[in-house]
Amino acid sequence: MKRHLVSAADLSRDDALLVLDTAEELAQLSGRAVKKLPTLRGRTVVNLFFEDSTRTKTSFEVAEKRLSADVINFAAKGSSVSKGESLKDTALTLQAMGADAVVIRHHASGAPARLAQSDWLHGSVINAGDGTHEHPTQALLDAFTMRRHLNPGLGHDLAGRRVTIVGDVLHSRVARSNVLLLNTLGAEVTFVAPPTLLPIGIENWPCEVSYDLDSTLAKTDAVMMLRVQRERMNAAFFPTEREYSRRYGLNGTRMARLPEHAIVMHPGPMVRGMEITAEVADSPRCTVVEQVANGVSIRMAVLYLLLGGATLADAPRTEAPENAA
Amino acid sequence: MSSYLIRNAQILGGAAQDIFISEGVIQEIGTDLTVEADVDIDAHGLIALPGLVDLHTHLREPGREDAETVLTGTQAAAKGGFTAVHAMANTFPVADTAGVVEQVWRLGQAAGYCDVQPIGAVTVGLEGKKLAELGAMHDSAAAVRVFSDDGKCVDDAVIMRRALEYVKAFDGVVAQHAQEPRLTEGAQMNEGQVSGELGLGGWPAVAEEAIIARDVLLAAHVGSRLHVCHVSTAGSVEIIRWAKAKGWPVTAEVTPHHLLLTDELVRSYDAVYKVNPPLRTADDVHALRMALADGTIDAVATDHAPHPMEDKECEWAAAAMGMVGLETALSVVQQAMVETGLLNWEGVADRMSHRPARIGRLSGHGRPVSVGEPANLVLFDPGYRGTVIPDSFATRSRNTPYRGLELPGRVHATFLRGVPTVLAGELVEPGELA
Repeated sequence: MKRHLVSAADLSRDDALLVLDTAEELAQLSGRAVKKLPTLRGRTVVNLFFEDSTRTKTSFEVAEKRLSADVINFAAKGSSVSKGESLKDTALTLQAMGADAVVIRHHASGAPARLAQSDWLHGSVINAGDGTHEHPTQALLDAFTMRRHLNPGLGHDLAGRRVTIVGDVLHSRVARSNVLLLNTLGAEVTFVAPPTLLPIGIENWPCEVSYDLDSTLAKTDAVMMLRVQRERMNAAFFPTEREYSRRYGLNGTRMARLPEHAIVMHPGPMVRGMEITAEVADSPRCTVVEQVANGVSIRMAVLYLLLGGATLADAPRTEAPENAA
Repeated sequence: MSSYLIRNAQILGGAAQDIFISEGVIQEIGTDLTVEADVDIDAHGLIALPGLVDLHTHLREPGREDAETVLTGTQAAAKGGFTAVHAMANTFPVADTAGVVEQVWRLGQAAGYCDVQPIGAVTVGLEGKKLAELGAMHDSAAAVRVFSDDGKCVDDAVIMRRALEYVKAFDGVVAQHAQEPRLTEGAQMNEGQVSGELGLGGWPAVAEEAIIARDVLLAAHVGSRLHVCHVSTAGSVEIIRWAKAKGWPVTAEVTPHHLLLTDELVRSYDAVYKVNPPLRTADDVHALRMALADGTIDAVATDHAPHPMEDKECEWAAAAMGMVGLETALSVVQQAMVETGLLNWEGVADRMSHRPARIGRLSGHGRPVSVGEPANLVLFDPGYRGTVIPDSFATRSRNTPYRGLELPGRVHATFLRGVPTVLAGELVEPGELA
């Protein structure tokens, strides 16, 4: 694997499967009374969050702690960053503090790429979501969830599985990372959105595009509903919340069109009543809560592989004794 | 004032001839001149061109002297072979009064490395709402004839119409930065395949083309001169070609970077490639080269836009837009236009000296290289090959997209009215400027 995880395109098929398989092994930990491994003891991981994100930050933090890393939370708000410190100076500071990995969430597309290419930092850079660009660990946890339901087993990919991603593709880093990773894993992706919420040039992306949700649901193994911000309405991306919901929202009637085995996914946070109804969100086909749990396993796997630099078989398998009491 | 005998220079790429200059004027041209000069210059293998004229330079003074000053900017111009530059109005304070344009003009006179012709703002504070005192700026010592809100578009159709009409009184021209503001809110790069993949806000070609279409129609309607700044798209070229075919008084410029670079470079997220208008596609680059070759686009203008390091060494969205370009312009044009066979050196002289001087109504520049003309000359070595080393630049800033790239050609010497500002590729010390 590469030293950084900035884009889902950084992962070859073998890399992606290694992450999924490693996560599968690490997931077994969560069933134990003691959920901790000593693997990253003495390593420092910094969570550098320029944007509020309780869910992703918590997920990374849990993953880091389960691997016994020293965790530093460097929130841009309330730190020198909000007083105008540059990305470069922040990075140099973290480097001086000996960060082995930096998990970065930034509102500007490309900020993690900029860090990874710079000589400001020597540790690994893990993209935890940058602007409207990418969110590769989200794509990994989504693929992990899909594999468990649609093609379970170590070493398995998603060949031939049909994934429909619905909503604000234009502004979605989840959609961008997913289309890249799902292609790497052999799945077939269809984006469904009003034309205003699809980027120019999408016809050259490795996916199908449809403006009609109803016609695609019958040929779907997993449907992923993207969050649609109400404010988009004010920039005329769609006329009203209700119209969006009627044309592109997932309700019980639409869910019934899915094949029996198909799952409903959402990266969260959901806007109930907008892109998804409560009936669908609370149905057993909806994997939202499962995705959150899988997120921890995936992030553990990513940290483990980037920082440990070894396969899981080489790792010490004993549980941390200081936590045993 | 010393006299110079330039031996064996290829004037506009023609056969080698000697050029004798003294008292600021080209005195003799011929083979094996026997005249006695104070200094002999061996120009074997060098092309002699008229001193270059830039219609679009950001000298940043007053206000952003951390990025550039009139002195460093004109030194960069001299090293690039320029003898006159038009200084853009978006300084702090804005060059929207006679006082500011005169200040810039005097700073240029004092620096002495090239003529500085200030451009006046079209509207007060570049805000697009109220006409600046265009007549006062024209009547000032700076004698402004080119007006531009560059950096911002005069997007109000009525203000644009009035500005075009008003400057007719003193043969002025409005140089438009064509950018429909609503279509480019949050724009970070060319809207297309790459912006979609990178998740960066798109700057669509139509935002430029829609304004150009409107403006050429306005220019025709009121019979005024319009100049279009930094044309960047194939569609813009088509509109300008159509307007010129109608015989309308429209001129246009293209930057060196839009002749060479594409938006694929943005994939690095390196903000050195962030510029406005943005780098476009390979198809656009091709159309711009063709348009410059056939004369649809009149001039190469650098849009030299110096920025301090910290405004580029950051995440893309936070970075400033613009690139330095004075010291690489002629090399880029050699690579994009001459080595591709699209322009010969006569064509280069036309697009980088004659036509820009005519658009700006600069009487002493853009003249033929012939006896009796002012000795504004550049000696250029087209055979040179070297990598671009930003630290060797005279400009105060280092934001060049060509760092480490091999570009052809190098300016050997520049003469401003018979006085060398650059000799053997090096700036002449200020004290030595006569």
